[in-house]
Amino acid sequence: MAVDIQIVEKSFHMETTKNIVLNGIDLRIEEGDFLTIIGPSGCGKSTLLKIMAGLDTEYKGVIDINGRIVEKPAIAQGFIFQEHRLFPWLTVEQNIAADLNLKDPAVRQKVDDMIEIVRLKGYEKAFPSEISGGMSQRVAIARALIRDPEVLLLDEPFGALDAFTRQHLQDVLIDIWQKKKITMVLVTHDIDESIYLGTDIAILRANPGELQKLVHVGLSYPRSRTDPSFQAIRQKVLKEFEKTDTESYKDGEGI
Amino acid sequence: MKVDAQQIAYSNVDPIIEKRKRKPPLWLKGFVLPAVVIAVWQLIAGLGFVSETVLPSPLLIVQSFISLTLSGEIFGHLKISILRALCGFLLGAGIGLTLGLIVGFSKRSEGYIDPTMQILRTIPNLAVTPLFILWFGFDELSKILLIAFASFFPIYVNTFNGIRSVDAKLFDVARVLEFSKGKQLTRLIFPASLSSILLGIRLSLGAAWLSLVVAELMGSSSGVGYMIMDARQFSQTEKVFVGIIIFGIVGKLTDSFVKILEKRLLKWRNSFDGVN
Ligand SMILES: Nc1ncnc2c1ncn2[C@@H]1O[C@H](COP(=O)(O)OP(=O)(O)O)[C@@H](O)[C@H]1O
Ligand SMILES: [Mg+2]
Repeated sequence: MAVDIQIVEKSFHMETTKNIVLNGIDLRIEEGDFLTIIGPSGCGKSTLLKIMAGLDTEYKGVIDINGRIVEKPAIAQGFIFQEHRLFPWLTVEQNIAADLNLKDPAVRQKVDDMIEIVRLKGYEKAFPSEISGGMSQRVAIARALIRDPEVLLLDEPFGALDAFTRQHLQDVLIDIWQKKKITMVLVTHDIDESIYLGTDIAILRANPGELQKLVHVGLSYPRSRTDPSFQAIRQKVLKEFEKTDTESYKDGEGI
Repeated sequence: MKVDAQQIAYSNVDPIIEKRKRKPPLWLKGFVLPAVVIAVWQLIAGLGFVSETVLPSPLLIVQSFISLTLSGEIFGHLKISILRALCGFLLGAGIGLTLGLIVGFSKRSEGYIDPTMQILRTIPNLAVTPLFILWFGFDELSKILLIAFASFFPIYVNTFNGIRSVDAKLFDVARVLEFSKGKQLTRLIFPASLSSILLGIRLSLGAAWLSLVVAELMGSSSGVGYMIMDARQFSQTEKVFVGIIIFGIVGKLTDSFVKILEKRLLKWRNSFDGVN
């Protein structure tokens, strides 16, 4: 039981040229792992996540989640977008229920439990326009979680939030991950975030997007950003970035 | 010391009370302009500068209004006018809404239907009136069809636009959450286009009311429009004014009704209300 990623090639066709975005990505995420994906902007992180979600099916390769080939979007692959994308005409609890019926006692119970987990008690009846960005993102996470996904895919979910809110939500996410034991895949461009959250870190390089290195973090939760072992991992990740920089200069593909 | 504190407290409250006193409530502001106009009008008419058949004084119009109300004449005309407008509106707006939904949903039906609609839409209402009279005579059918024709387009266009402008990003969410086709309709497409549809309804009601006047002035033996034409023949200008005022009031009331409906149904929308 795990997520198997085998992408031979993913490219976008421009009018005259072919833009290879992902090239030969081979990755296995064990059940219950928390993989963070980090890499420079434009290296294909979002594209990779969309492929895993089934939102993009035009590529060479295969995604296998717990023995099932991903062919289209499904609730088994929960997806959190960078913007919360709530339905503005639904209240917080209605957004979490979305297409489910809140009058159904089983759904009601699940929604109430989920509101507790993402710490939104008291805001059930608020509309998205009445709550903050951080709260909206928590609603979006609750909306995905209530459907019991096998894997939760998050595309820079906290990128638009301020530092305090971001740290708070990182803790909420770890809390949820430990309680629900779901496999998580989170894309970020923040090195600290990738180390703070991940059991493993996939470092991508750009042009074309390839797996530079897979780093196993191996620290226990909760982690401290100032801990020497945290800093040691940080150095390791930074070294990899330096390598990709010099390599792309060598290839003459730098900016 | 104590007195000081009290004074501070007072001076803190004072400006707010002052502000409230000075600012009249919003609904009152709307009455300022009409009140001034009526006062000037009464002055001009009362001094006898112009003849009563040209410009009857507001007082005379009010008197006429009261006598028409007491005799019940007004209600008979109003009832038939509203009935006509309502029938025409329901017919036209019903078809407009349905067609707007169909064309909005399916690209294929858009190709077949929309170009024709766009051509028909540019035809002024008044231009088809003679044709309708030719076909259906002066009786109820031609009036109702004329009103239906006018109220069809606003709701058709706005429903269509409303559906087409639903955020594609939310469609992605619906796909990720595996919405059924029905839920896509009720939880996404319909609420997203509701404000457009309500705007269409408002415009359609306005158009229905407008063409009701046209239809009744063309020729009829009942209705507020008939009352106006009849009074004109006998130079009862004050009665003409009463008819015009009734058209205005009912038009405004229906518009307000839809606005209230809008506020209720779109309370999630936190839109800008304008600066004081
Ligand atoms: N729909 C698209 N059409 C064409 N090119 C695209 C499209 N989406 C992404 N790309 C290209 O693919 C590359 C990777 O994009 P993306 O996955 O969004 O990167 P990241 O999320 O790592 O910043 C970029 O160079 C971008 O220009
Ligand atoms: Mg991205």
